[in-house]
Amino acid sequence: MDTETANKTQEVLSKTERITGSEAIIKCLIAEDVDILYGYPGGAIMPVYDELYKFRNEIHHVLTRHEQGAAHAAQGFARISGRVGVAMATSGPGATNLITGIADAQIDSTPLVCITGQVPSHLLGTDAFQETDIIGISTPVTKWNHQVTKASEIPEVLAKAFYIAKSGRPGPVLIDITKDAQFGELDFKYEKCTGVRSYIPTPKTNLESVKAAAELINAAKKPMIVWGQGVILGEAEAELKAVIEKAGIPAAWTIMGASAIPTSHPLNIGMVGMHGNYAPNKLTNECDVLIAIGMRFDDRVTGSLNTYAKQAKVIHFEIDPAEVNKNVHADVAVLGNSKDSLTELLPLLNENSHEAWHQEFKDLYAIEFEKVIKDDLHPTKEGLTMGEVLKEINVQSEGNAAIVSDVGQHQMIACRYSEFNKTKSNITSGGLGTMGFALPAAIGAKMAAPEREVVAIIGDGGYQMNIQELGTIFQQKVPVKIVVLNNEFLGMVRQWQQLFFDKRYASTEMTNPDFVTIAKGYHIDGKRVTKREELADAIKEMIASKESYFLEVCVEKEDNVFPMIPSGASVSDIRLS
Amino acid sequence: MNEEIKSFTISIYTENNIGLLNRISAIFQRRHINIESLTTSQSEIEGVNRFVIVVNITEAQAQKIIGQFQKQIEVIRAYYHTEEETIFQESGMFKIKSDLLFNEPQIQNIIKESNARIVTVNKEFFVLEKSGRRNEIESLRRDLNIFGIMQFVRSGRISVTKEEMKITEMLSAFNNQ
Ligand SMILES: Cc1ncc(C[n+]2csc(CCOP(=O)(O)OP(=O)(O)O)c2C)c(N)n1
Repeated sequence: MDTETANKTQEVLSKTERITGSEAIIKCLIAEDVDILYGYPGGAIMPVYDELYKFRNEIHHVLTRHEQGAAHAAQGFARISGRVGVAMATSGPGATNLITGIADAQIDSTPLVCITGQVPSHLLGTDAFQETDIIGISTPVTKWNHQVTKASEIPEVLAKAFYIAKSGRPGPVLIDITKDAQFGELDFKYEKCTGVRSYIPTPKTNLESVKAAAELINAAKKPMIVWGQGVILGEAEAELKAVIEKAGIPAAWTIMGASAIPTSHPLNIGMVGMHGNYAPNKLTNECDVLIAIGMRFDDRVTGSLNTYAKQAKVIHFEIDPAEVNKNVHADVAVLGNSKDSLTELLPLLNENSHEAWHQEFKDLYAIEFEKVIKDDLHPTKEGLTMGEVLKEINVQSEGNAAIVSDVGQHQMIACRYSEFNKTKSNITSGGLGTMGFALPAAIGAKMAAPEREVVAIIGDGGYQMNIQELGTIFQQKVPVKIVVLNNEFLGMVRQWQQLFFDKRYASTEMTNPDFVTIAKGYHIDGKRVTKREELADAIKEMIASKESYFLEVCVEKEDNVFPMIPSGASVSDIRLS
Repeated sequence: MNEEIKSFTISIYTENNIGLLNRISAIFQRRHINIESLTTSQSEIEGVNRFVIVVNITEAQAQKIIGQFQKQIEVIRAYYHTEEETIFQESGMFKIKSDLLFNEPQIQNIIKESNARIVTVNKEFFVLEKSGRRNEIESLRRDLNIFGIMQFVRSGRISVTKEEMKITEMLSAFNNQ
């Protein structure tokens, strides 16, 4: 926070004054250092928008073209910055349009505060115009939600909202505020929330469990780490790196953990899961100690639980006690924040290198390279591959870009082949797998981190799910780079149809519009690439552009993503073709 | 772990907030667990509510859903107990035509032997209340059915545990955090 904002925050915090509920909402946001929010106005939230007009120099409101876009943009903002993303919408349809983004944030532990307007409290429960029970609807997909019906409740509830969204295992919070509460008056005084009775955000780390973990690791012949987003959320990247290097442990990542350790690190052995790398998946079933750090053994990672790492002792570092033993039994569970627990672990570890064991990963990588990676990155056939596009982006951005990917084949390719030098560089919809995520999320990411190159990688299907956000990009002049990998199919579904449904391509073929013309209609410069010879220059031009830029790459129509663990199969049954 | 399906009593101590019932029932719903009975009331601590929920599940399931309850912001603490670990009761109410009370001497005996209590009597009907184990209430119902029951209702289970649940201590720990 710069001094000017700090002073302003202080000013807001210290005074008591009589103001309206809607002004109080804005002042709470300012007190929580919110300087940007994403939203869409409507009847039930109009008093707040009116105040936003007054405070437009303090808070920048971004009008997205759809509330789903607002929620995803707030997610992108939160994921790249580690700050709370804020989205706002009116009651009824505005509120329900936020839900997909909220559900996505819930499963991917992203801190959001969503504010929705609501009909006046005397109309609650009457099926009034644009009344929706958004508290009921959002309950299963929020970390916490609350309806405010009195202006006087606003400061306390919003303070609590920010605290809950950000603390412990982060998540989305929804605050629904009736219109009369927005109009009503209160004696405003803001106090930040520092704790909620009945809520323990971070369980205490038990030293005995850290010792037990260290003993298992020190005795292991074939230890393996799988880390997840918990490392990024806990800002434990340096601690993880120190642990890996000291004990010489090969470390793999889940899709949500990507980029916490640079791709080029010699002990980074790649991605686990359905389309992860061959070696870490296979060797999950050969390691003697499996160390899970800030990950939740999602079924996309484990495949069949009956055959998952049965030979290994499992150590689980986890902030959320409900995740321990949920899917995989932990022999040792270390509760707490990953930064703290890894800090305590480090001095107890013996130095080691496990060279023979590491060689096993290298050998399997060589097989994967021969059978899959070579053709993906250095294709000899005519059609362009998604992999070579990613490789070229790595080259031109020097591995410093934040990659925001949508959902489908291109997502798996983006995660597999992106080179990440910096943490918080992989922004994707992991747990919910939400098509339409990337374009708006890229907006939020770029606005939160303008100094970073932000490249959205999107399929032709997912692009059209929130294509209207090109309008937001244009209006806000957000210099994001958009790459659509066009295979004229809902590729990932088509791949499944090919492999498991006898090639019956039911409703997966797409006749697409002229994407470049659409981009140009939004005054976004762009190009279409159909030949390999044009690719490098086009990507160079895109990265060099100071403004937003659209690139469509027409890729091979029926390429598949391998390796692949068929759903429900064992990680050892990972297929290379 | 024991995978046998048993009757578990789940106790959830919570803040007294609107909407929490929704969150709690959603946790059962998502996992397809049928609620046998649910009671919610104030607890021994001012401002703290207690849910008592009876479900038939495995112990492994019980452990996992307890974790999900505890995750809820306004849940102070959740526990699960077997029948042996709790003292529990239900309560049944029976509305019966008043003339039966005078014309059927047998009914007087049933009332006495079952330790049921007469709540009220008027010209048309009288109301019996019986607290106890489910089978005791059911057995009374069978006995009275012969004569005709105008209305019957049975409560959910209420239960206290044999062991102490240290909620007060936990709350003061929260407060001193
Ligand atoms: C909102 C939503 N609807 C449906 C799906 C199911 N789905 C997963 S991947 C996919 C195909 C994506 O196609 P495209 O965006 O063209 O990307 P590609 O796989 O071709 O790279 C679909 C339909 C989803 N994940 N999200």
